Amino acid sequence: MEKAIKRYWPVFLLPTLAAFIIGFIWPFLWGIYLSFHKFTTISKTTFVGLDNYFKVFADPTFVSAFWFTAKFTVVSTILINVIAFALALALTRGLKGTNIFRTVFFLPNLIGGIVLGYIWQILLNGLLTNLGKPLLALDATYGFWGLIILMCWQQIGYMMIIYIAGLQNVPGDLLEAASIDGATGFQALIKVKLPMVMPSITICSFLTLTNSFKLFDQNLSLTAGEPAKASQMLALNIYDTFYARSGAQWKGIGQAKAVVFFLLVIAIALVQLYFTRRKEVQQ
Amino acid sequence: MKKILTLALALCLCLTLAVSACAEGSVYYLNFKPEQDTQWQELAALYTEQTGVPVTVVTAASGQYETTLMSEIEKSDPPTLFQVNGPVGLANWSDYCYDLADTEIYKHLTSDAFALKDGDAVQGIAYVIETYGIIANTKLLEKAGYKAEDINTFAKLKEVADDIQARKDELGVDGAFTSAGMDGSSDWRFKTHLANMPIYYEYKADGISSTDAIKGTYLDNFKAIWDLYITDSTCDPALLASKTGNDAVAEFVGEKAVFYQNGTWAWGDISSLGAENITMLPILIGGEGEENQGLCTGTENFWCVNGTADQEDIDATLAFLEWVITSDEGRKSMSQDMGFVVPFDTFTGEYASSNPLVAVDTALTASGKVPVTWNFTTMPSEEWKNGLGSAMTAYAAGTGDWDAVVSAFVDGWATEYALSH
Repeated sequence: MEKAIKRYWPVFLLPTLAAFIIGFIWPFLWGIYLSFHKFTTISKTTFVGLDNYFKVFADPTFVSAFWFTAKFTVVSTILINVIAFALALALTRGLKGTNIFRTVFFLPNLIGGIVLGYIWQILLNGLLTNLGKPLLALDATYGFWGLIILMCWQQIGYMMIIYIAGLQNVPGDLLEAASIDGATGFQALIKVKLPMVMPSITICSFLTLTNSFKLFDQNLSLTAGEPAKASQMLALNIYDTFYARSGAQWKGIGQAKAVVFFLLVIAIALVQLYFTRRKEVQQ
Repeated sequence: MKKILTLALALCLCLTLAVSACAEGSVYYLNFKPEQDTQWQELAALYTEQTGVPVTVVTAASGQYETTLMSEIEKSDPPTLFQVNGPVGLANWSDYCYDLADTEIYKHLTSDAFALKDGDAVQGIAYVIETYGIIANTKLLEKAGYKAEDINTFAKLKEVADDIQARKDELGVDGAFTSAGMDGSSDWRFKTHLANMPIYYEYKADGISSTDAIKGTYLDNFKAIWDLYITDSTCDPALLASKTGNDAVAEFVGEKAVFYQNGTWAWGDISSLGAENITMLPILIGGEGEENQGLCTGTENFWCVNGTADQEDIDATLAFLEWVITSDEGRKSMSQDMGFVVPFDTFTGEYASSNPLVAVDTALTASGKVPVTWNFTTMPSEEWKNGLGSAMTAYAAGTGDWDAVVSAFVDGWATEYALSH
């Protein structure tokens, strides 16, 4: 077996590697190259140096989109993980109908973001109309909470599955030892279960953090950044810069924004990984 | 097994070689209008059958034309024929435009107003002329005791609309105007088409055809017409943000509203009401001399030939276009199947458009009304329209004030113009 792998590793590795290079590395390098240029199409470019980057930070919409995104990320990451973990705890107790509940909670994750956005737009607008409040597209606060509700609904089920897997891997003898030593249910949760599922927490918080930060589909379909860009997140801001402006220079600025955006996501994800990894324990 | 595979591969290779060797130029049209995709495909197939020149027609998804064009034009077989929406759109693509000054299609063009020029170079040629205004249901209008011909000033329009709104239960309608939906499927009717009116009057008063800073002289008129649309309407103005284009069509076709602002392209949606019950009124906003104001007529569809394509492909494309506008098949397809009003001198007699809304426009122009030009092609950017749309929606719902609309219109114009140049 080992010998076969040694001999045939390129067969297994190369297709993925090729896909990764063609679909990710190559466009990424091009993207960085283009962020220093002015262009309409990528075969005719003019070098402009750091100009695009200066304009990115001079653009107030980019900064406000950043803060909106940051707030959204904090709130949604906490809510999704806490609720998903609570559900996972509830659904690992061997209650009746556990499997049905797990399936039901997981289902929303199977629907695409754009579709979800439009469905929730109709639902929330209907609710707001009945309450006599301004619609989603008119009030950024409702837009914000609408996005939070939508993301929670979509992501909780997925994170729940990961937490369930983590909780099922907590060794029974550890829990038994804890209860013999007189630990209460709450103490067992904090002192035994939580440290043992730390790898799941790392994964889930990484996924929710990056998903929220680079959210695009749901933002586009639920609020489209209305009113007047007040509910616009970074990815949508970049998209608008690239496509809604006329004039060649905007393509380069959009590209520069994308590079800045990439660096931000990387930095935040690395910090998060560093902190949650530190808390992981060896079984 | 290996032998068969090699043989098959070799055969494939020969085939590709043979195909590329025999083709002397080909045409690739990146079409903008999804409504006419089928007709273009049929026309392309017919041309290939008659001449052997391969014609590919690809239609970009609605709202995705620029995106699609941007990626397609990079390919090794780029579109040889694409389109831009006017001077602002042309700014992105002028490097790619072949000079059409010496071509047959330019010679057949009925007016220079339908060409996009850069100095003497002809970069784009319009292939369809469209008209919009306030489409009215004459049956309901007569039931309310009015005649479409009498409505020739804003004051009169407001009087009629207010009266219909007041008697809506008696007339069996939900409102005078269909909902002015500000959802993405409908907001262009207002942030672009309606906003054309104050721009038109300002350009006319100042004797200009474009500007880097709009003054907003006619914004009070703009407010008056927008107020009318949202007050004498089928729905609460606070709900407009979520109303769609289909909502407005449904209300109009269901005879729940008398007026519906849209253009000749909407005929297909509303034809079930019957041509005898439909007319189109000018969009009256109270500008000077509006008794003689006609419908808004213009175009935002210009053909451009890709100058960076191979010369034989350019020649093939020009030959194809010439065939489209001169052959019987091409003329029939464009005028009757696609329902276009085509600005070439070859489209006369049986090839004139049969669209009843176009007939309204022709009659109005013949009676001495002056068509309103499409000045929205000079709006500085998509971003400007979006800003205006947001402010109009917020004003309608009561969460924003009119000053924000004025600011989006005037200040937004200067800012966006500076940012795009």
